[in-house]
Amino acid sequence: METINSEILSLTYGSIVRQLITDLEDMDEVNKQLDVMGYNMGIRLIDEFLANARITKCGDFKETAENIAKVGFKMFLNTTATVVNWNADNTECGLVLEDNLLIDFVELPEACSKLSYCQLLCGVIRGALEMVNISAECSFSRDTLHGDDTNEIHLKFTSQKAEAYPYKDDD
Amino acid sequence: MVVHNIYVFDREGVCLYYHEWLRPKPVRDGAGTQSDDQKMMFGLFFSLKTFAAAMDPKSKSNAQLGAPLRIGENCSFYSFRASNYKLHFYETLSGLKIVLNTDENANDLRELMHYIYASIYVEYVTKNPLNEPGKPFNYDTFTSALNKHLRLIGQL
Repeated sequence: METINSEILSLTYGSIVRQLITDLEDMDEVNKQLDVMGYNMGIRLIDEFLANARITKCGDFKETAENIAKVGFKMFLNTTATVVNWNADNTECGLVLEDNLLIDFVELPEACSKLSYCQLLCGVIRGALEMVNISAECSFSRDTLHGDDTNEIHLKFTSQKAEAYPYKDDD
Repeated sequence: MVVHNIYVFDREGVCLYYHEWLRPKPVRDGAGTQSDDQKMMFGLFFSLKTFAAAMDPKSKSNAQLGAPLRIGENCSFYSFRASNYKLHFYETLSGLKIVLNTDENANDLRELMHYIYASIYVEYVTKNPLNEPGKPFNYDTFTSALNKHLRLIGQL
């Protein structure tokens, strides 16, 4: 597997966010753009992930979340996340990230307090899951840049689609 | 082993890529036009998957013939052999389907299909920044990597 220096990734990501803030100025807009960028990455990332991880299937949402946390994060960010806090019907959980290399060297000033700096990661997870027919919502519930003790992504699985025949029958 | 042609479909049924090496019978005598040929191919394995899952004597969950399937959940077929050709099918969890037609003496080519997906498709198509998902593609890098690999295994 090819690897690059993590500092290059952190600094490049930082400059992307910096540029988005300069261009858009509104923090909600920046969050939305980061999510869209992450989504576009996720729909392509899924093929690489499935090819290298050789996963044949995940039985339920629990296995899916475990695969994202252990295999996915390890493959792309060389860090593992832990899955915590499953709710009663196993549709929501949290992914706790101990060290998030995207936020190395980062401090958020007062003016950017509404910025969700790592929103790109949420977009990636959302995009990748959509390509395997799982629709999910993803956001940061705890963020060290805002003063919490750790980073936690809240993952909520909404539904699972099945394969439909795409052509109209009378064509 | 002789390789006849290869199709790559996405989950919407769009034929993203088609390449043929040796096809003595022209498409006109078979399906008619190239797009009809591709649609028939897609319809074929879509129905075969449903059929294989419904007639499965071993699995516990019961898929009915009419109901849409989730990928990865039921058993799926991976090849069928006719008297003068063999069709190999590979489907990923993301809905991408690769179909390869070879002569009838081919063995189990699942490893090769996985290699085509993981080391050729992902490398030259998914990682290509100009590639738009859902649109047919025709990259020289992909075709030449495919030819190179097939030649390496002796056009198997």
